[in-house]
Amino acid sequence: MLTLGPLGFLAPGLLLALIALPVLWILLRAVPPAPMRRLFPGVALLLGLEDEDTVTDRTPWWLLLLRMLAVAAVIVGLAGPVLNPETQSGRSGPLLIASDASWAGAPQAAQRRERVRDLVLEAGRAGRPVALLRLSAPEPVQFQAADAVLPRVPGMIPEPWSVESAQVDAALEALDELDAHETIWLSDGRAYAGQDALRAAFQSAGALRVIETGAPVHGLLPARFEDGALVLRARRSLARGGEEAPVAAFGRDPAGIERVLAEGVLTFEDGATEAELTLALPAELRARLTRFELMGGRSAGRVALADDSLQRREVALIAGRENREGLELLAPLHYLRQALEPSAELLDGALLDILPANPDVIVLADVATLAPAEADAVAEWVEAGGLLLRFAGPRLAASELSREVEDPLMPVRLRAGGRTVGGAMSWGAPKALAPFPDESPFFGLTIPEDVTVSSQVMAQPDPTLAERVIAQLTDGTPLVTAKPLGQGRVVLFHVTANAEWSNLPLSGLFVEMLERLSVSARASRPTAEDLAGTVWKPVQVLDGAGRLLDAGTMPGIDGAALVEDPLGPALPPGLYEGAERRIALNVMREDTALAPAVWPADVPVEGLDVAQEQPLKGWLLALAMALLGADAVASLALSGRLPGRRLSAGLAVFAALSFPVEGRAQEAGASASDDFAIAATSEVVLAHVLTGDAAVDRTAEAGLFGLSQTLFFRTSIEPAAPMGVDLERDELAFFPFLYWPVTADQPLPSDLAYARLNAYLRTGGMILFDTRDADVAGYGGASPEARRLQQIAAPLDLPPLEPLPEDHVLTRAFYLLQDFPGRHNGRAVWVEAAPPDAEQIEGMPFRNLNDNVTPVVIGGNDWAAAWAMDERGTPLYPVGRGYAGERQREIALRFGVNLVMHVLTGNYKSDQVHVPALLDRLGQ
Amino acid sequence: MSQPAALRSRAEATAAGVPALLAAAEHLAGTVLLGEHGRRRAGLGDDFWQYRPVRPGDETRLIDWRRSARGDETFLREREWQIAQSVTVWLDGAASMRFASSDKLTTKADRAQLLALAVSILLVRGGERVGLAGTGLPPRRGEAQVLRLAEAFLREGEADYGVPETRAMLPHARALFISDFMGDFAAVEAALHKAADRGVRGILLQILDPAEEAFPFTGRTLFQSVGGSLSHETLKARDLKARYLERLAERKDALEALARLTGWRYSAHHTGESAQAALLWLWHAFDGAR
Repeated sequence: MLTLGPLGFLAPGLLLALIALPVLWILLRAVPPAPMRRLFPGVALLLGLEDEDTVTDRTPWWLLLLRMLAVAAVIVGLAGPVLNPETQSGRSGPLLIASDASWAGAPQAAQRRERVRDLVLEAGRAGRPVALLRLSAPEPVQFQAADAVLPRVPGMIPEPWSVESAQVDAALEALDELDAHETIWLSDGRAYAGQDALRAAFQSAGALRVIETGAPVHGLLPARFEDGALVLRARRSLARGGEEAPVAAFGRDPAGIERVLAEGVLTFEDGATEAELTLALPAELRARLTRFELMGGRSAGRVALADDSLQRREVALIAGRENREGLELLAPLHYLRQALEPSAELLDGALLDILPANPDVIVLADVATLAPAEADAVAEWVEAGGLLLRFAGPRLAASELSREVEDPLMPVRLRAGGRTVGGAMSWGAPKALAPFPDESPFFGLTIPEDVTVSSQVMAQPDPTLAERVIAQLTDGTPLVTAKPLGQGRVVLFHVTANAEWSNLPLSGLFVEMLERLSVSARASRPTAEDLAGTVWKPVQVLDGAGRLLDAGTMPGIDGAALVEDPLGPALPPGLYEGAERRIALNVMREDTALAPAVWPADVPVEGLDVAQEQPLKGWLLALAMALLGADAVASLALSGRLPGRRLSAGLAVFAALSFPVEGRAQEAGASASDDFAIAATSEVVLAHVLTGDAAVDRTAEAGLFGLSQTLFFRTSIEPAAPMGVDLERDELAFFPFLYWPVTADQPLPSDLAYARLNAYLRTGGMILFDTRDADVAGYGGASPEARRLQQIAAPLDLPPLEPLPEDHVLTRAFYLLQDFPGRHNGRAVWVEAAPPDAEQIEGMPFRNLNDNVTPVVIGGNDWAAAWAMDERGTPLYPVGRGYAGERQREIALRFGVNLVMHVLTGNYKSDQVHVPALLDRLGQ
Repeated sequence: MSQPAALRSRAEATAAGVPALLAAAEHLAGTVLLGEHGRRRAGLGDDFWQYRPVRPGDETRLIDWRRSARGDETFLREREWQIAQSVTVWLDGAASMRFASSDKLTTKADRAQLLALAVSILLVRGGERVGLAGTGLPPRRGEAQVLRLAEAFLREGEADYGVPETRAMLPHARALFISDFMGDFAAVEAALHKAADRGVRGILLQILDPAEEAFPFTGRTLFQSVGGSLSHETLKARDLKARYLERLAERKDALEALARLTGWRYSAHHTGESAQAALLWLWHAFDGAR
């Protein structure tokens, strides 16, 4: 095999034949072309002229070149040229194809599989044993024949975890037992711990080649909730160039269907590997989110599942006193309801009824006493992680609750009575709030200046008081206190939940404080200790491509393992369900680094896209054939045997054969309909309905042509050439008059066509139905055409008909007529009946529809045949006999003239009847 | 007469071309007649020309009494000068005329027929008598003669090259010879000398195809005459071009010299050019010759 750059030749010896080309050139030049025979009268003047030079004209150089090229193409083609030949196929020995097969490479998984298939096939051609190894799920390696390995190539799917130390160990173990072999490593392009160890192992076994795409790896970190907004962060492995990564938030809509709820764009700055996006979503939307996905490729790392931390909370509201009717604004829970309604599910009811529903938060507004059973149940609930939010009030202040001994459900002990400041009977001014301390959950909230407190319950100074205060007044008295209880917390607002004691519930601060409390009611991420001993059941798991799959019967996971263990076959990423909440395990964690894989210089790295080996023999031989064809055409042209017209036709055929032309039916259709409209509207055009029977259509066209000619010569109507109209396709509105010859086997128009026909009739068009059988007089379906006409006309919006009355305007629109013959001389022609109450004015019934134009004229006299003319005005069909026949044809033409005149002038002609009366009235 | 059907079909095929030729010729002739060539001279004729006062020597019978009665002066009615001239047309119907170098051009014969008929129509309308050279169709006047001429022009000859017909030529008549004059020059010379002997003057119109003027041939070529009687093969047609053109120019010069010598007029017309120009030239040539 000979290779020249990207070209290789299977039989390079044949290329020697190229040397013969110059010889061929000289030979071809020497052979004269055949003489052309030409007729030439001037030959008389040529007689006796001798050629000065006995050497003939040479073949033109370009024709020679064409032939040379054709011969060269044949020679080169037969030499078996191959583009991008596989030169490595000479290697031997077993081949191990290892793939990272982690989520990082999922977006290019298909190409990678394709490449693996090529490698396996190639090894099969070379007779090398092959083995596949997925580093993310290593199995013992066994070299087999390529045929046996090939069915396993589709199994090279990416796993939703990366290659962790456990997998590295397993892989090293599998590699230990192998003999020397060559390794091709399809890397995902992401560095991980243990990569170097693997590389050393591969290199110790033999040659190593690395194939990687060079595409950056992207990962989406789990969404966090910060300052009332969702914060999405994404990382990438390569810090090259600015990049915009669209991200979509998926969730269920109220109907339970998953759809995109929000979209945003993460912008990676040039040189940055991390990008951040803040999504401010309404609480309802946020609560319904299920996952976030980085667009532009599918992998498990691009998906961040949302769990309970973004869910909507259930809040139970319980007040110590019933609403007093009509005093809505004084109701203890009014402001709480207002504040919480948009962002939480509110539960109402008795405390013991609510507790089994396991609300996230229970609000007790001015509830002093709880029954012991209630208190125990609430305490148990709080210890299990609930948030008990209590508000003070007159009842609490007056009660003995938590007076001497701290109540388990109160964060502090209270002093009797509370205090009132700034009231009419007290000293001092209402107190404002002090800034929130650092450790307070309210830290960072802005305190409006106008928020004041005029009454409160006072906390007993206890040793633990200081650490339990999370908000205080400017004078240092506690306003909000909290204490942990079990896994939950108890929080006390030392004021009422309504505006009686302070205007805090009126301010936006109140809502923000509630939000803070609700959000911080759950730790954002449980620790291993929290979950120790619990068992979590996978609900949905991610696959390597980031698809959510039903977990099915996967075993439960220990809580500690859930938090601490790396992702792996035993712990796939996904959504896990515990006793009371769901936790999402995402591929990307805070500490997941995305770094590009770095390879030492002695490891050859290839891209994934390798130019395919492509044999060129067929193409070159085809080129030779094309050149020879062109040579034949050119030779013919040169020898004058190919006249110009045939030459161009031949070239067109050649081009059509060489380059199949894609149909552009639509464009052509659009322009055709434009042309049709322009042709139909630039002049008056008579039209006939295409029946599908070519002979009838021809007659109709010739007939309308004859009628058009007659109109042109005799009247001021100067129609253009008539047109055939396809009811299914063409617009009818352009034509004032349609001639419709009825054939017995004519297809019925479609519904759409009928709709168009009815619109046409209603807007003033006229159709002349012609059964051409001279037998419509019965009108009862005596002939097949008449029966067909009945079928055709049934869906049409036709008025009642009557035989053409003697005083109808058709009898006097241009000529005075009483007979309406065509080729036949049937008497009955039917038109729209006059209204029953039509008044005879001077012998004229008044017809008031469509400007008095009858929408249909029905007859069977085969008018078109009588009208038909050829280009010279010669009648095409015989009518009658002798002079009487010619007379009948003349009357037929006159009827046509009257008809078109009637269509175009409407009631103008019938109004002429009144001219004498008008003149009389004018006094003339 | 043995094959009346064949004869009739041939006759009909020939006749089918007559209306078209007539129409084309009349159309062409119509462009010339507009406002030109009234013979604005007093003379013998039918049409009124002018009244003029009676001069001494005028015959009394020539006095127009109706006009003279309107005044004191006596007037004479003059008629427009009308003289009938006989024109003999020879149209070369030989095979060499049935040649056109491309589909877009008419054959030389077509052009020749058109011009001959158009000029005949003009002449007939001008009151001249037009006929064919030879004994076939003597000069006559009237529209019917145009039809006969058209029929006659459509006849095709068998020979490869035409020879001018000079038999039965009326003395002092006019003549029009239309041909490509590619054939034997001696025959043309003899015919013209014979005509000049009889005092016949006329016009030579040589009709050539553009290819005959340009000789656009290259390479090895076998040239054949249309009738097939003559052929000439060359290996390098391009080399012949100069010598061919030289011979053609010689032929034209010879024709021109011959025409000058005998008092005829000569012009060459190419089928690539407009027929109207040729007709105008023909008309002027006749007018001047008259």
